[in-house]
Amino acid sequence: MAGMGLGSLVLPKLPFGTRMIDPAEALQGGMDVAAKKQLADAALNAAKSAGASYADVRIGRYLNQFVVTRENRVQNIANTESFGVGIRVIANGSWGFAATNDVTPAGVAKTAAKAVAVAKANAKIIDTPVQLAPQKGYGEVSWKTPIVKNVFEVPLKEKIDLLLNVNGIAMSGGANFVNSALLAINEQKYFASTDGSYIDQDIHRLYPNFNVTKIDKASGKFQTRRSLSSPVGMGYEYLMPRPEDKVGGIVTRYKDRYDILEDVKNAAADVTQKITAKSVEPGKYDLVLDPSHLWLTIHESVAHPTELDRVLGYEANYAGTSFLSLDKWKSGNFHFGSKLMNIVADKLQPGSLGAVGYDDEGVKCGKWDLVKDGVLVNYQAIRDQAHIIGLNASQGCCYAQSWADVQFQRMPNVSLQPGKARLSVEDMIKDVKKGIYIIGDGSFSIDQQRYNFQFGGQIFYEIKDGKIVGMLKDVAYQATNQEFWNSLVAVADERDYRLGGAFNDGKGQPGQSNAVSHGSSTARFNGVNVINTARKIG
Amino acid sequence: MAILNKEEAQKLLKKALSYSKADECEIFLTGSEAGNIRYARNSVSTAGEIGRLSLVCSSSFGKKTGTASIDEFDDASLEKVVRRSEELAQLAPENPEHMPLLGPREFPESITYVPATAAITPDVRADAVAKSIQVCKEAKLQAAGFLENTTDFVGMMNSKGLFAYNKETDVIFTITTRNEEGTGSGYAARGFHDVTKLDTFSATKIAATKANGSIGARAIEPGKYTVILEPVAVAYMLENMFFGLDARNADEGRSFMSKPGGGNRLGEQLMDQKVTIYSDPFHPELPSSTWNRDGQLMEKRSWIDKGVVKNLSYSRYWAEKKNVSPVPGPGNIIMEGGTESLADMIKNTEKGILVSRLWYIRMVDPQTLLLTGLTRDGTFYIENGEVKFPVKNFRFNESPVIMLNNVEALGKPERSISVESYRSYLVPPIKARDFTFTSLSDAV
Repeated sequence: MAGMGLGSLVLPKLPFGTRMIDPAEALQGGMDVAAKKQLADAALNAAKSAGASYADVRIGRYLNQFVVTRENRVQNIANTESFGVGIRVIANGSWGFAATNDVTPAGVAKTAAKAVAVAKANAKIIDTPVQLAPQKGYGEVSWKTPIVKNVFEVPLKEKIDLLLNVNGIAMSGGANFVNSALLAINEQKYFASTDGSYIDQDIHRLYPNFNVTKIDKASGKFQTRRSLSSPVGMGYEYLMPRPEDKVGGIVTRYKDRYDILEDVKNAAADVTQKITAKSVEPGKYDLVLDPSHLWLTIHESVAHPTELDRVLGYEANYAGTSFLSLDKWKSGNFHFGSKLMNIVADKLQPGSLGAVGYDDEGVKCGKWDLVKDGVLVNYQAIRDQAHIIGLNASQGCCYAQSWADVQFQRMPNVSLQPGKARLSVEDMIKDVKKGIYIIGDGSFSIDQQRYNFQFGGQIFYEIKDGKIVGMLKDVAYQATNQEFWNSLVAVADERDYRLGGAFNDGKGQPGQSNAVSHGSSTARFNGVNVINTARKIG
Repeated sequence: MAILNKEEAQKLLKKALSYSKADECEIFLTGSEAGNIRYARNSVSTAGEIGRLSLVCSSSFGKKTGTASIDEFDDASLEKVVRRSEELAQLAPENPEHMPLLGPREFPESITYVPATAAITPDVRADAVAKSIQVCKEAKLQAAGFLENTTDFVGMMNSKGLFAYNKETDVIFTITTRNEEGTGSGYAARGFHDVTKLDTFSATKIAATKANGSIGARAIEPGKYTVILEPVAVAYMLENMFFGLDARNADEGRSFMSKPGGGNRLGEQLMDQKVTIYSDPFHPELPSSTWNRDGQLMEKRSWIDKGVVKNLSYSRYWAEKKNVSPVPGPGNIIMEGGTESLADMIKNTEKGILVSRLWYIRMVDPQTLLLTGLTRDGTFYIENGEVKFPVKNFRFNESPVIMLNNVEALGKPERSISVESYRSYLVPPIKARDFTFTSLSDAV
């Protein structure tokens, strides 16, 4: 589910036990690699001597910084650190997991024994023993997000000033309220396993955002317009605008660098226009979907249903299963979409939220096709699932949100490839007789097998006879997944390609959050059902 | 051990507070021990045990506040965390919404802790799950489920002399049962403070009955229907509304509780007269803590009384600004109902749709609280007082406020959990007319 807290501008709920720290402390390196290796070996040895046939240990230091503001005030500044160890084992053919914030030799040994006890208790009710795809040990290796400027090194005052400046521009542009936030994450994680890997990774993510509200007091109605920023796997450089990263058009959108001050000025104008915009006439429209919107549709309708654990039924009790059953994949001719639908899974894409060197079970990451010329060709798998689809190695899709959570299958970056023929957005719109151009993501909902979905957006423009004629409001579209992707008739070329993403994608029990990007160029879908969402209460 | 008793927590908090040099200082100590087991395809998938203990210290100089925390508890670490929060406070900008700390008061002891739940071991969880899997194997169904038990405590102490402590246990169980062909699916969810009330066998039986009963679902036209929502559907449908009972958002004009022209809807008849919603920390079926994290006493409080908005929550800052008494947000939610069973409600329905569960509910429009989502795991057509046949799942676009205006009958309340937040609520099954289904879904 995309979404837990997606787009929310309140301070995210911190994992229980997360502690707050001085910003300066975040810059200290934490425990050194040699000490981590020693602790990891202690954990692996304790697990083996308690009867584990396989064990992995993750020693994690998770730093967050949240600066949250509204109008002319700072609501919250939180610097948090969570440090601890999670140990996963196989004993008697069953998985077991235990975690603690007692990161001492005695603490990890006790926790390893606990994980083995959990595995043994469950072994009596498993049908078949866990089967792991072979994985060679990499020895001692490391990987870092290639950031230019570490967010945690930027003085707090600079970040506060930026957000208050954003808010000031919104208010002077006519907004009644504005919320803004800067959310930064640094995962320092050390993985070791009985396969012989010792992997040290330093991962950075950033999400600057705002939400502007305008109220029409007489009618009691209000409208909002959120930022067109994207959460990214980058440093503070994302907030240093460059002209070449701006995409012109009816409203400016952004590639690898974001101009938050420009966007909020546009947002204040947009939200004012939204108040008096025409309420949409329900019916069939051709939709032109901007990447700032389409990423969420890709996330829900393509990325989630190609998760192998969903296909197999492991998520049946929570997020659900998938309509992309194994027989459809095996047939080799299941036409998920039109020939223009080329979807790639990629754990390496620079600047993306999902980019890492190795996943959380020590597998080197890569890139592969999920949908080729409209046909389903692959899934997303981890080590204990690879054999089910005939793979002899994992695809590196294992992730845990923290040391305190067990790792499991999470989606890589999943993106629609740009069109091969040269096509601009302007040229695409020229051909549309009756359509809606949607920018930014809004409300979203999809069923538990990913057949039926409904999406809103931030800004909607009516297209008549090849021209944008004005703004619309109260727009949402509903479609059946396969029909929708088969109505894909045009994809702009690579000049328009951009990433969007989910900072908090929820899945699993207990629930865990994952961050992932989805790229595309602007795309056109014909004859989609649009509903009007205006209602009246009281 | 991550769980400290009242005396141990008080001693540790007192020691940490003794290092404070700030104008004001407030410290929270939290600990949790949780165990879980997850299963699918009639076999265990993942399971774990997690223990955590943490201390958070907030120091203030005037209206400047800094917060720091630590998970080490020797004297040097305790002093370090207090100093660090004081340094951050000196760096922070003034917050005009800062409110002074509350002074000491007595809080009654809650009834949220049940020793039997705290004593659950991995073997107890495995045995409970084995019973559930057995039901499914015998019914030739696939089980996917989750059981989690948590024991946690919170201790709070401040420089004005306030001390509060609460310990709580919780166990939740959810089960989805599907047939091999993937043409039928059923679900059940349970949540209790007391594990002795949890019966995984009978909950799985109910889910299995739904799964087999939902095979062969027919497509009927979307549109406006009379619906009967079972409690697990009600809890999820109303959850957004429960969290939206806030005066500030309403007064600012950006909530379904905002009044056109300004102000909020306090005192207005916003829903049907049958609707009464309140909080009560001592409700035996759904107890909650007797204090909140602001150090306020939590008492029985009415939110909606016979359809009239009786209270909205007021933060201490907003209450001062509006010259009213602060009202803490709800610690739990109880919705009154009637005496009818679900079977009686079906019997008294001429035509309607029985909804077992709702799924993926998201806000479409916050000003009307318009939500969209889908039915799932057992949707049935009712005619002349009987369930006639299973129907395909629907997408809905509906506001809970409009739905609570269209209430025709309420059944007997029961404890249920939201299938997304896992929060527990005490809610009745609801029969409402003109519920808006906007499209069909092929999902099972």
